[in-house]
Amino acid sequence: MSQINEQILPPRINLPSLEKNVLELRALKDFFLTGLVWGLAILASIPLVSVIYMLIMEGGARLDFEAITALPPAGFETGGGFGNAIVGTLTMVGIASALSIPIGTMAALYLAILNPNSKTATVSRFLAKVLTGFPSILAGVFVYAVIVITTGTYSAWAGGVALAVLMLPTVTLAAEEAMKQVPQRMKDAAFGMGCTRTQVIFKVVLPTALPGIMTGVILAVAGAAGESAPLLFTALFSNYYMSELAEPTASLSILIYNFSGMPFENQIELAWTASLALVLLVLFFNIVARVVGRTKFKE
Amino acid sequence: MNMQAETGEFIAKKYEPKGPVVLDCYVKNIYYGDFRAVRDTTIPVEKNKVTGFIGPSGCGKSTVLRSMNRMNDLIDSFRFEGHIQYHDHDIYSKKVDAVIVRRYIGMVFQLPNPFSMSIYDNVAFGLRLNGYKGDEEEMVVKALKRAAIWNDVKDKLKNSGLSLSGGQQQRLCIARAIATEPDVLLMDEPCSALDPIATRQIEELMVELKQHYSVALVTHNMQQAMRVADVTAFLGVDISNGGRTGYLVEMDDTKKIFEDPQQLLTKQYVRGEFS
Repeated sequence: MSQINEQILPPRINLPSLEKNVLELRALKDFFLTGLVWGLAILASIPLVSVIYMLIMEGGARLDFEAITALPPAGFETGGGFGNAIVGTLTMVGIASALSIPIGTMAALYLAILNPNSKTATVSRFLAKVLTGFPSILAGVFVYAVIVITTGTYSAWAGGVALAVLMLPTVTLAAEEAMKQVPQRMKDAAFGMGCTRTQVIFKVVLPTALPGIMTGVILAVAGAAGESAPLLFTALFSNYYMSELAEPTASLSILIYNFSGMPFENQIELAWTASLALVLLVLFFNIVARVVGRTKFKE
Repeated sequence: MNMQAETGEFIAKKYEPKGPVVLDCYVKNIYYGDFRAVRDTTIPVEKNKVTGFIGPSGCGKSTVLRSMNRMNDLIDSFRFEGHIQYHDHDIYSKKVDAVIVRRYIGMVFQLPNPFSMSIYDNVAFGLRLNGYKGDEEEMVVKALKRAAIWNDVKDKLKNSGLSLSGGQQQRLCIARAIATEPDVLLMDEPCSALDPIATRQIEELMVELKQHYSVALVTHNMQQAMRVADVTAFLGVDISNGGRTGYLVEMDDTKKIFEDPQQLLTKQYVRGEFS
């Protein structure tokens, strides 16, 4: 095999050299553009990397058991933490998820499967898209008017509802997109097996779309956990652990806002640590949801 | 030559089945909205035989097949005139539930369409749907063996059905369709997306399967009909009056259709003069 076949035909056309030449214009262009893309990619990651670097540098030192369990310190106190804010954020994001995930998924079901071309669907889809760009402070004002004024108190309920308003369009649109991606032939197969429409939806469409729906939920949860504006008018803040859902409740984002403006070294340090904790919390949601949403078998 | 009394449209000579018939299909008309897709087609599907449907594109062979388990009900504009007799029932009778019909008249589609779940769960899907009480695993294994895919998948039943090759996926779909022991298996060009080796495996499988089930097979491939079908129906397209309406031209034993067709159109088609 190593011998060159003598029978091989000489080229009929005038073949140019097939070897690489780095000085050729095409090669130079290629080199330049590749470099440009690399450079821009690095540029785009600078903000993210530097924020995380700064959080770790400034807040990492205080991230210990005391910080995540103790109550916020007053004035000139030393030590302390933001345990109540973590509990508050988790509770309110939990309430928001419990409201927005079922409503959003059901709305998506209507938009993607049940009646995608109806007037109702077209209008709701448009409104959901408008709602994604809704200023978050307005969600706070709206819930303040509807819940805080009627019940007469700032509460975790109100905070959860405000966050739900913000999560709803993200969940709905992502879930709709995920359900639309389920191939028609998979649904045909299920109908062909003798599934009713309900069975097709619950046994085939939802499980197949689950990873996509999860992605939307993660995005919505991550966004909601970091929101502060809608909580200002609804949950307010508290220096104590919550004892019920109908009282002012602390949250990480409001704590960061409050503490970062204080003239005390201790509080400013804690604000950094709370920021780091918030980022880690969102990262944790992200990982858990991905593990749960991943299909349970090997592809 | 038979003609329809009022319109003078051609009607094929009735095929006299030689054995018991499981699905006696008489299509007067099938419409999609105002479009008349198929007319005057009588196709009895005999027990434990493969009934092949051949004909040029757009002749309505898939439409007729998909009418046989009411899959076309999913299309809003679909309208069926005629009757399809299945045991004691006309499946198009108002009293009949299409969902139940589909559990007894299974279907294999043109493109392999396994669900995004494990191989085992794919096959067990129909059993669970029907609330099967017996030994699920035994039924799954039996179906996989009958579909001649057991040896390929026995060590990876937990893997995704989508991880298999095209030919394996199609055999998995056949296993899924036969796991619930349907009476009739409708196959809509099951090999058109497969390579020649996978095609031959599926063809051999169809011949095996007719021992247990009655098979109706739509195919675009005349050699496949010759190799697999016992009885063959040839459908043509009527383009007179500006329409494109499919109709039965001739139905007979496969040998007869390919060697001694009675209609000129059939003769031209099986010789490959048009397609």
